[in-house]
Amino acid sequence: MAAFTLDDLRRILVSCAGENDGADLHGDILDTPFRDLGYDSLALMETAARVEREYGIDVSDDDIAEVETPRGLLGIVNDALGADAA
Amino acid sequence: MKPPAAPSDNPVITGLAVVTPVGLDTETFWKSVLAGTSGITPLDRFDTTGYPARLAGQIRGFDAAEHLPGRLLPQTDVSTRYALTAADRALTDAGVTAGTLPDYDMGVVTANALGGFEFTHREFRKLWSQGPEFVSVYESFAWFYAVNTGQISIRHAMRGPSAALVAEQAGGLDALGQARRTVRRGTRLVLAGGVDSALDPWGWASQLAGGRVSTVPDPARAYLPFDRAAAGYVPGEGGALLVVEDARSARDRGAPRIHAELAGHAATFDPPPGSDRPGGLRRAIELALADAETPPDGIDVVFADAAGLPALDRAEADALAAVFGPRGVPVTAPKTLTGRMYAGGGPADVAAAVLALRDQVVPATAGTRDVPADYRLDLVLDHPRELPVRTALVLARGRWGFNSALVVRAPRP
Repeated sequence: MAAFTLDDLRRILVSCAGENDGADLHGDILDTPFRDLGYDSLALMETAARVEREYGIDVSDDDIAEVETPRGLLGIVNDALGADAA
Repeated sequence: MKPPAAPSDNPVITGLAVVTPVGLDTETFWKSVLAGTSGITPLDRFDTTGYPARLAGQIRGFDAAEHLPGRLLPQTDVSTRYALTAADRALTDAGVTAGTLPDYDMGVVTANALGGFEFTHREFRKLWSQGPEFVSVYESFAWFYAVNTGQISIRHAMRGPSAALVAEQAGGLDALGQARRTVRRGTRLVLAGGVDSALDPWGWASQLAGGRVSTVPDPARAYLPFDRAAAGYVPGEGGALLVVEDARSARDRGAPRIHAELAGHAATFDPPPGSDRPGGLRRAIELALADAETPPDGIDVVFADAAGLPALDRAEADALAAVFGPRGVPVTAPKTLTGRMYAGGGPADVAAAVLALRDQVVPATAGTRDVPADYRLDLVLDHPRELPVRTALVLARGRWGFNSALVVRAPRP
């Protein structure tokens, strides 16, 4: 199965939780904390729910509550997908 | 930190912003109100075929993305978008920006009667048709009566004493009364008022279920408070937010203008149905006048609740005659142009009252023509009336017994 990539995450984040003017999601954000990108825990819950629906996987709310960066979230999703990390 | 204001030092209104069917900014709103331009039209947010009532005061030309950051769009009901936009503008009007005052010296008090109907309707549809995993996590607060206070507080880092009030259509005035109390207890600034909107099919059904919405199809004849033909009200959407501030603090920080003093407020509750005791509106008026240290002849104009149902209109007319004497004070109801905006109606009337103080003119009540003589009302009809306006009384009532009365006074020179 195809890996869940940073571009996939960008698309779903913006669709679920919106994008602030001036927030640059397009650069190298793999290790930028979600907080610095303007996304709080609810935004990540919403994003995770969408990922679960689109990719047919389950991820635990506890894991989502603890994830701090896009790299961390990609890891969780890709583990669930059984694919190589992006 | 400043010591609390002396009780005689009235809080002042230093900023205001309206979001209404007749204007999305203060001057457009005021021009429309004085010109008698109505915002009541057939409701076109959805197909209303088959509904008994089909008129509403709708806000037009509001593009939320123009006013709010993208992060707030997926998490806000239309009513919260209006509230956040009005909050920005009221603070701008007051010359308040980040850092003007410490976080904990600024509070937020909003009223809400309807909650986030449209947002919730959309999420319920997903729940029933697709399943719970499709429901937005933001539904957790987007529906909620306190959401406007919370979102405004977060957006502008206003962490002082804050509240959310629910008192049906009286709540907006109560919020301003609570702001007055909060400032007198020592908070320097409180952003206060109310905004409501529920013009989706579910929100509409709930409004109709209340039984007071007019089913008259002619927009010019549907909402006629104090008229012999009164047959209910037309719902509107929107409201107003005002910046209420300690007078000395406003002077100290060089607030660009003092719109008015928030001179007095009182709220009362009606006795239960069937009681021999009188309704509470007259007592609310008397208590508000006492709070403002103003005798009845010190009031130059009354912005009436104007329910638009004969029994309620008569009760209000009786209360006014009892306090002010027969035809003792000019009375008006510009909400005939917007429809009743629920918790937003009172604050929008306060905005109009403040502008009446500024321009020395009282707007007219639209539509109403045939007022029973035994109402003993001096209702301002047809055209605005120019007269010296130094102090105004604003009234609002909410279903199930809420009464609220608020006094604004021209700023001292």
